[in-house]
Amino acid sequence: MMLKLLVDNQEIETREGKTLLQACLDNQIYIPNLCYLENVERPSASCRMCFVEIEGIKQPVPSCTVQVRDEMVVKTDTPGVRQLQRTALRLLLSVHDVDCKNCHANKNCELQNIAKFLKVGLKPKRLERYLKETQIDETHPFLNHYPNRCVLCGKCVHICRGKHGQSVLTFAKRGFDTVISTYSVTDVSSLACSDCGSCVKACPVGALALKESS
Amino acid sequence: MSPDNHKNIDLKFNTIRKEAEKRRAAFRDAPVPKIHIGMATCGIASGALETKKAFEEALVENNIEARIHTVGCFGHCYAEPVVIIDHPDSGFPPIFYHEVTPGKAKMLVKLFLGDGDPRFEHIYGATEENELIPSVTDFSRFNQEKRIVMEKCGRIDPEDIYDYIAAGGYSTLVRALKLDPEEVIKEVEHSGLRGRGGAGFPTGRKWKLAKSVIEQDKIVICNADEGDPGAYMDRTILESNPHQVLEGMAICAYAVGAQQAMVYVRSEYPLAVKLVTNAIQQAEKLGILGKGILDSTFDLKIDVFQGSGAFVCGEETALIRSIEGYRGMPRHRPPYPVQKGLWDKPTVINNVKTLASVPPILNHGATWYRGIGTQNSPGTAIFSIVGNVVHAGLVEIPMGVSLRTLIFDICGGIPNNKKFKAVQIGGPSGGCLNEDFLDTPIDFDSLTKAGAMMGSGGMVVMDEDTCMVEVARYFLDFTQKESCGKCTFCRIGTYHLLKILRRLTKGEGLEGDLELLETLSQDIQTGSLCGLGKTAPNPVLTSLKYFRNEYEAHAKEKRCPALMCRALTAFYFDLELCARGCDACATCCPVDAVFTTSNRKKGVDQELCVKCGECLVACPPEYDAVRKVSPPHLVPYIEKPPEKNKKDHK
Ligand SMILES: Cc1cc2nc3c(=O)[nH]c(=O)nc-3n(C[C@H](O)[C@H](O)[C@H](O)COP(=O)(O)O)c2cc1C
Repeated sequence: MMLKLLVDNQEIETREGKTLLQACLDNQIYIPNLCYLENVERPSASCRMCFVEIEGIKQPVPSCTVQVRDEMVVKTDTPGVRQLQRTALRLLLSVHDVDCKNCHANKNCELQNIAKFLKVGLKPKRLERYLKETQIDETHPFLNHYPNRCVLCGKCVHICRGKHGQSVLTFAKRGFDTVISTYSVTDVSSLACSDCGSCVKACPVGALALKESS
Repeated sequence: MSPDNHKNIDLKFNTIRKEAEKRRAAFRDAPVPKIHIGMATCGIASGALETKKAFEEALVENNIEARIHTVGCFGHCYAEPVVIIDHPDSGFPPIFYHEVTPGKAKMLVKLFLGDGDPRFEHIYGATEENELIPSVTDFSRFNQEKRIVMEKCGRIDPEDIYDYIAAGGYSTLVRALKLDPEEVIKEVEHSGLRGRGGAGFPTGRKWKLAKSVIEQDKIVICNADEGDPGAYMDRTILESNPHQVLEGMAICAYAVGAQQAMVYVRSEYPLAVKLVTNAIQQAEKLGILGKGILDSTFDLKIDVFQGSGAFVCGEETALIRSIEGYRGMPRHRPPYPVQKGLWDKPTVINNVKTLASVPPILNHGATWYRGIGTQNSPGTAIFSIVGNVVHAGLVEIPMGVSLRTLIFDICGGIPNNKKFKAVQIGGPSGGCLNEDFLDTPIDFDSLTKAGAMMGSGGMVVMDEDTCMVEVARYFLDFTQKESCGKCTFCRIGTYHLLKILRRLTKGEGLEGDLELLETLSQDIQTGSLCGLGKTAPNPVLTSLKYFRNEYEAHAKEKRCPALMCRALTAFYFDLELCARGCDACATCCPVDAVFTTSNRKKGVDQELCVKCGECLVACPPEYDAVRKVSPPHLVPYIEKPPEKNKKDHK
């Protein structure tokens, strides 16, 4: 069934069963997002970027968690929404090694895009910067991981599990120390990584790269 | 269930109850003294095992016959190990003894059990009104409590199902099984019971939602994760009366139509795990749990799941993930667990105290329950009260009692003649309230309005020597470490909060730090994925609001008004008071920071001093010469004689 929504005073059409975020993106209404994957039954909702305000709901909600309803009235650019998005972005940037010139994702990076969209400088002003010690995690036979670029969106973990039934990549540690880890996989023969690369493609920033040699 | 079934249920249960009563009568009527020893984790930690052993040995040595009855916790942590001796032949009523060391135990056996002398100087009180000894019910710590959930705690042996049944246990399950599930839910709804796990969601409504889900396979989970630092209400209940929780779970499962249930308890609670597991086995053996409960058509299998003790796993969606074998990370709700819970099945998750409230509610009726507490928060609240308070421990009070009554009347106020400063309610996600809030009634809505929250019942009382910035730092340190790392605000935001608080306590605050704390806290509250992040800034926001001048002193003057933050304080000796030739401070200083002045008084080498405060303790009270100041530059200059003099001296 087709539904009509009013987003930022603009009428859009979409199909039942979609998430609000998807419906907006389908209609060229951009909402910043990092962890969203289409067709995932329960969205991760972890990046806390895709906030919108919906009429009748007091506080901003992440649009990836909302199923579209007919005649929904939505605003994507209220001060409340922007405040949360900017803070989320600044938080991510405060633990990000902003060295775009030397990053393979330069100009093809969601963080850059979102910063431009939200008019936030890449260098944090009020927040101190805290980087992890490990610049490159080279333990994986085929992949290099850059913890100080990673936004922990979890896309790589999800995609890998979907493709291979079991993820080579997973979250390790807790809280601020959380990282994507391979838990030092050693059995190279069991890995399909060399000709897969799905995780690298899924990464919205430059946190994963195939090793030069592979 | 059909009336036929009712008859079976009654028949079956009556046989069990008769057996229970027989056993209780045999115990009660045995012509020997009874010694009841509190043996929950708190008692054991205070030495109850050694006390029990001492009783056993002394009984043999003195050739005295008596029965030892191990019970759970009375809730009087300040008095552990607690023992009640019931010695009718002596002519005295049952007597409550506190801090019963092995030595005291041996003495009581010899003198009280042997010679009939109850040793008045060691008596805390009689457990019932009488002519001979003041009763414990004269104390407000006893008479102002209202025990519903904990009524049987400390009175029965948690390892013996018959003890529970003889005290009326499981008769409410029998009654519930003879009602329609809808009637059970209606009664719980009418009682106004709200979830005791923190959020205060109406329990009846939750059960109704679960009942209305068509799917057959439903699950009931008892949440005993209890991760708040310093809180131990749920542990104590499980260790003191596990059957009441199981009975509540069985009633819930019957009402919502579940055949499977689980107690989710952290593995750091080994005694609770053991006692609950044992309780389930005993109940299954008697046919009170398992297949065809009490010969009815209702089946219920209860398992124990041991969590690994992450605070976030108390959050219901993370709890579910962890049972499923995944990393304990919360998920967005909706769907709520009642719609899609464990293994995607409809799941009712309730706190230990919520479930343990159910049997008394159904037993006495919803109207009775509504008569206790307040309009919007009926029933009782259980707190574990710790910190600067005389009678720390577990307290069950009717909702609506004021904080003042709880802290000053029931728990005896602040020790050492100190002044009350703040109370932190609701664990690490709660708020710090100042004395303006002492007359706030304790109920879900009033506490939330004040910026704190009921939480699951942790309460920390703080006196004037406590620095609120340091307290906020302490709680943030906890929540920050316990964040699961999933969402941006909680993972990175709480880390920034912690770093800012840390630098304030070190006198390294930056321009705009207080404003940054405030706005960042607000964004973390609104932006976080789960309750952990949403509530983590509460200690910061409330202390900023109610103790703002203290933050400003740290930020602007590098001063800690409570003299707690080490980097912002310094010690010196008042030379007017310091006694010539006294070496008390110098001998105890662990870093040799105390030097002798040219006129044989003492001074502190500020470069060396680590501010441990040992000198303050060591200085004889008749001199009382040690002073602590903040900021450190207030220390008067005291000349240190040249080093070589010292060497020459030696
Ligand atoms: C970080 C966090 C920790 C929690 N820890 C507990 C806990 O230890 N015990 C508990 O019963 N509920 C805890 N909760 C609340 C649960 O998510 C859930 O609301 C509760 O178990 C429902 O039971 P109730 O309705 O009986 O209160 C926690 C919530 C959050 C956000």
